[in-house]
Amino acid sequence: MSETLSINDLHVSVEGKEILRGVNLELRRGETHALMGPNGSGKSTLGFAIMGHPNYEVTSGRITLDGEDLLAMEPHERARAGLFMAFQRPMSIPGVKMADFLRHAVSNVRNPERKEGEDLLPMREFRKELRSKMEQLRMDPEFARRYVNDGFSGGEMKRAEILQLAMLRPKFAVLDETDSGLDVDAVRLASQSIAEIGGREMGILIITHHDKLLEHNPPDVTHVMLGGRIVESGGAELAAELHKSGYDRIRAAHPEAAAAEERLAQEEREAAEQFVS
Amino acid sequence: MSSVTAQGGFTSESFAAFLRGRDEPDWALDQRRRAWEHAESLPLPSTADEEWRRTDLRRFHLNRFELPGESDPSPAEPDALLTHGVQLAGRTWAHNSHPLEASLSQKWRDRGVLLTSLDAAIKEHADLVRPHLWRAFDREYDKFAALHAACWSGGTVLYVPAGVEMDEPIHMLSSLGEGGVDLHHTLVILEESAEATVLGETSGDAGAGLHLGGIELLVGPQARLRYVNLQNWGQQVWHFAHQKALVDRDARLQWTIGALGSKLAKVNQHVALTGEHAQAQVNGVMFTEGRQHINYHTHQHHQVPNTTSDLLYKGALQDDSRVVWRGMIKVDPAAQKTSGYQRDDNLILSDRARADSIPGLEIEADDVICTHGATAGRVDDELIFYCRTRGLTRNEAVRTVVAGFFQKVFDRITIESVREALGEAIGRRIREFH
Repeated sequence: MSETLSINDLHVSVEGKEILRGVNLELRRGETHALMGPNGSGKSTLGFAIMGHPNYEVTSGRITLDGEDLLAMEPHERARAGLFMAFQRPMSIPGVKMADFLRHAVSNVRNPERKEGEDLLPMREFRKELRSKMEQLRMDPEFARRYVNDGFSGGEMKRAEILQLAMLRPKFAVLDETDSGLDVDAVRLASQSIAEIGGREMGILIITHHDKLLEHNPPDVTHVMLGGRIVESGGAELAAELHKSGYDRIRAAHPEAAAAEERLAQEEREAAEQFVS
Repeated sequence: MSSVTAQGGFTSESFAAFLRGRDEPDWALDQRRRAWEHAESLPLPSTADEEWRRTDLRRFHLNRFELPGESDPSPAEPDALLTHGVQLAGRTWAHNSHPLEASLSQKWRDRGVLLTSLDAAIKEHADLVRPHLWRAFDREYDKFAALHAACWSGGTVLYVPAGVEMDEPIHMLSSLGEGGVDLHHTLVILEESAEATVLGETSGDAGAGLHLGGIELLVGPQARLRYVNLQNWGQQVWHFAHQKALVDRDARLQWTIGALGSKLAKVNQHVALTGEHAQAQVNGVMFTEGRQHINYHTHQHHQVPNTTSDLLYKGALQDDSRVVWRGMIKVDPAAQKTSGYQRDDNLILSDRARADSIPGLEIEADDVICTHGATAGRVDDELIFYCRTRGLTRNEAVRTVVAGFFQKVFDRITIESVREALGEAIGRRIREFH
C-alpha cells in the first residue's frame, strides 16, 4: 500500500482567527509537491498544523497518515510516526550540542516506543552515520560540536535543518522556506542536498517563493495557496509561471480567496498597529 | 565522645552541658564562651535587616533543635553523590555533628598531609590548627555566625604541607538524621605551592534539621585548591552558613557550589584575594523545587593589585521556589589592575517561582575591569515545540533545555564526577513541565 499524507477540508485558527479555510492535499511517499503563494496566505500555518503546534487550533477537517488520525497525536508522536518539518526560523538551544540533540532525536524517531531514560543509539554507530551525512552535505565536522543553531548564520541554520532531515529520514517532510535568507549558491546547494539525501524516498512538501529550491527537486504537483485555501494545483510549469509572473492572474481567477487574503492582511496590519501603540 | 546529653534547645544550661562534654583545651573553650555571649546579645535576623529583606525567618524556631549530645549509635551511611568512579586520597564523615570517620591513605600521610576531625585536631594538633582557626570566619557577623563559633562540632581539618600536590581528591560528607543539627566547621589549609581537591557534600533524609555551618579555605602562596560543596540536605532543613576563602599570592581557587536541598538556605560566600596575582573562580549550580527558598550573598573582595575573580551562578527554579542572589565585587583602593566578574542566570520553570538577582560593585580603585550581569527567563514554548517536532517528549524537551542552560557552568567545572553528579541530580528533579 502506498503511504499517504492526507489533508481533508482542514480549517485552522490561531488566536481565534481563521487562517486555513478548508485545505485539501494528498501527498504520497516518493512525491514532491511545491506549495506556493503570497505572504500570509497560510503556507506556514499548514506546516505548523501538520506538526501539531499547540497554538494552531484545528477547528474542523482531518489530517491522516496512512489512514491514522494525526490530529490525535502529540507533536513528538507525529515525529515518531514519520513526520518532519524544516523550520523557516529554527530555534537555538544554547548549551546543547548538535550531535547530542540529534542522537536523542534519532533514537526516539527510529525507536518510537523508546521511553525517556532508555538507551540511545550506540555512540560509535551514531557518530559514524552523522560523519558520513555531514560529508555528503559538505559540512564542517566542527558543526556537530556546536550548540544547536546557537550563533548560526541564516545559511548555517538551514543547512542544519537539512542535516536533521537527512538523519531523521522521515516519511514526509515539510520544508518551510528552506531557501529564505540564502544566496543563490546556497539555495542551489540546499536543493542538491535535499535530492542527494534521498528526498525521492520521502514525500516532500516544499514551501517556497522561488523556483530555485525546486531545481533539483522538480515538483510532481504545484499547489497555490491564497487566502487560506489551495486554489489551484498543476505541474512544475505552474511553479515556473508563478515565479516569473507573480500572483495577479491567480488573484483575478479566485476573487473570493483574494478577498479573504486582503481581509487577513488588514487584520494583521491592525494587530501590528495595536502592538506598536 | 560526649556522654552528656544536652537538652532543651540552645539555652545557657544546654550550652554549659555541651561544654562539659567537650573535653577541650581552655583556649578553645574560652573562644566558645565568648562567641556564646556574643550570640546571646544578638537577635535573630529579621526582614528589617537588608541582607534578610527577602528571607523571612518567622517560621524558624531555634529552640526546637538541640545542641549535639550523645551520638546516634550507628547511623546508616548515606550514598555519596560526588565519589562515583573516583579514587580518593581520603574521606571524612560526620553525622548529626559527630565525627564518625576520618581516613587518609598512607601515601599522603607519609607526605605530611593531615586529615582529621577538627574536634580531635584542636586537642592533638593545636599548634597547627590554632593559628588558622577563624582567620576566614567573622564570628561576630550575625547571630548564626556567633552560634556556630560557640557550638561547632563534628568539624574537619585538611592540612597540606608546602609543595605537596595531591592528585587524588578528599571527600567530606556531613549527614543529618531526623531532627538533627549539623554544626560542621571545615578548615582547609594549603601551604605554599600545595595542591588539593576537596569534594564536600551534605546529605539528609526527609526529616527536619538544622545546619549552622562554617567553611574556611586558606589557600597559601602559589597553592591550588579545587573545592566543591554540594548542599543536598532534605527539604525540611534550615541551612545557615558562613563560608570564606583567603587566596594568597599567585594562588588559585576554583570553588564550586551546588545548592539542591534545604527548606530555607542563607549562605554568605566570601572570597578574599589577599595576595597579588591571586585568582578565584566561583561556580554555582542551583535547582530548587517545592517551596524551597535559597539565598546566597556572594562577596568577591580584591584587597591587593593584579587579582582576578570570576563568578558564574546558574539556577533553575521549579514549583513555588525562590532564589535570591546578591553579589558584591569590592575593590580596595590599593587593588589596581583588578579583574572582577559576576553573573547570575536563572531559568524559571513555573509561573509561581521567583528569582531575584542583585549584582553589586563597590570599587575604590580606578584602573580595574569589573563587570556584572544577571538574567532571568522562562523556558520558551516555541523552543519546546521545536524539540518535540524532533521526537522528544515535552519532558525530554524541558530536560534538554535545562541541561543546555547549565552547560556553560558545567564547562567550567573541571571535575568530571562533580559535573555528572550535579547533572544527574538535576535531571532526577525535573518533573513534567506545565
